[in-house]
Amino acid sequence: MDTALLLEWTIKALLLIVILLTGFAYLTLMERKVLARIQVRIGPNRAGPYGLLQPVADGIKLLFKESIIPAKADKVIFVLAPLITVIPALAINAVLPWGRTVTVFGREVSLYVADINVALLYVMAIASIAVYGVTLAGWSSNNKYALLGGLRAAAQMISYELALGLSLLGPVLLAGSLSLVDIVESQRRMWYIVYQPLAAIIFFITSVAELNRAPFDLPEAEQELTAGYHTEYSGMKFALFYMAEYVKMITVSALFAVLFLGGYLGPFESQYPWLGPIYLLIKILVGLYVLIWLRATLPRFRYDQLMRLGWKVLFPLALFNVVVTAVFVVLLG
Amino acid sequence: MSKVLNDIKAIGKGLATTFRSMLEPPVTVQYPEQKRPVSKRYRGRHVLRRYENGLERCIGCSLCAAACPADAIFVEAAENTDEERYSPGERYAAVYEINYLRCIFCGYCEEACPTQAIVLTDQYELSFTDRRDAIYTKERLLEPVPADGKPTPQKTPPGVFVKPIPEMPDFPEWKP
Repeated sequence: MDTALLLEWTIKALLLIVILLTGFAYLTLMERKVLARIQVRIGPNRAGPYGLLQPVADGIKLLFKESIIPAKADKVIFVLAPLITVIPALAINAVLPWGRTVTVFGREVSLYVADINVALLYVMAIASIAVYGVTLAGWSSNNKYALLGGLRAAAQMISYELALGLSLLGPVLLAGSLSLVDIVESQRRMWYIVYQPLAAIIFFITSVAELNRAPFDLPEAEQELTAGYHTEYSGMKFALFYMAEYVKMITVSALFAVLFLGGYLGPFESQYPWLGPIYLLIKILVGLYVLIWLRATLPRFRYDQLMRLGWKVLFPLALFNVVVTAVFVVLLG
Repeated sequence: MSKVLNDIKAIGKGLATTFRSMLEPPVTVQYPEQKRPVSKRYRGRHVLRRYENGLERCIGCSLCAAACPADAIFVEAAENTDEERYSPGERYAAVYEINYLRCIFCGYCEEACPTQAIVLTDQYELSFTDRRDAIYTKERLLEPVPADGKPTPQKTPPGVFVKPIPEMPDFPEWKP
């Protein structure tokens, strides 16, 4: 194998992991600060200037916490479950395009880890594996509340994955390819949110439900089911669940930007390819802000309301969107 | 259908409200650099007051200990002599301890005191790291000597400080 290529992949992958983990840490701070501002208060501002060392403090705290495994819990699965949830969250980011190609040290380097021609299928497949982690966490805790929470979370995630997958088909039909790089490139004339507003809304709502975030956060709410599937988790294992949720937040915002907001496209992007990642970052920040804004505003859905929304409203709407888009694509060529 | 549109509009109004609340200045008080002012009759730490001449007001009657619902006050009285006078009158509080692990800061002791000796002030920063430090003795509770007074024990001329309560002005004649 070409060592330069291997080195390029390794460096890009490591850089991506580092960026994601740092982003996750500071996303927790951003969420606390933005939630605080919406609630007319200041967020953490004691650990470091403007609270910038708060994620470090949180990380150290979680590392030092005692690792408690319940007596009758299935130890192997108990320890594996957070990993099964976190690794897909990190793996999805491999296909996100951060820009086109730039020249680094006289070598054309593409600003994404991999451009596979079935990228969206890969995304959906890997995202479905995370459901296993949640269910196994609930089951291996030997706690009836955790079990129920895990089952509810799993049912919620798979119900909304249907509508999510169907809403993805809109941009796919318009671009004619499953590859995320192709989808971004074909948005040069006009962003897909203009052509596919319904798909954009459905994608956003279903991905909020996938993330188990408010207003769909019944499985992990503290007041119901005593914190659901991660009741028995403490210390680093709990931090991994937390990490999975926040990294998926970043991923989902990035996917929304890539599919509907033109990804890394923006003014003067073709002359200066380095502007690509910056534009994508701005769009991801907007998406993250909307996710936090939703959490601060909306009350929680009851579980039956949640299921009803997923199956009886979003799924038919997503199907309808696919049919209409397909008809338009065929008619307009 | 219109109900769905109304619901979506309601969500939109909610989002607008939270967005507008972002633009308000935050109401956080940065304790301990800034502190909120306490109310006028705030019930904080106790203080044993003195008269203007430096004599302690507390006469060791232990009405405060009797009134305390949490049994937090311990009073042991002793006899005043003119050579070694702590308070006007015959008695003074030789031992006066308030146990802040029991005190509920209700203020009944302040209401029960006949000489207005024990009062509750605005100090609420009372943390301690050892349970023994929670028992405040008389030295910690006593007010510092006022400007024109002398510290106790004082040597006083005989016959001056006989009554435990100072001379009060007569009440105006009660008219039916």
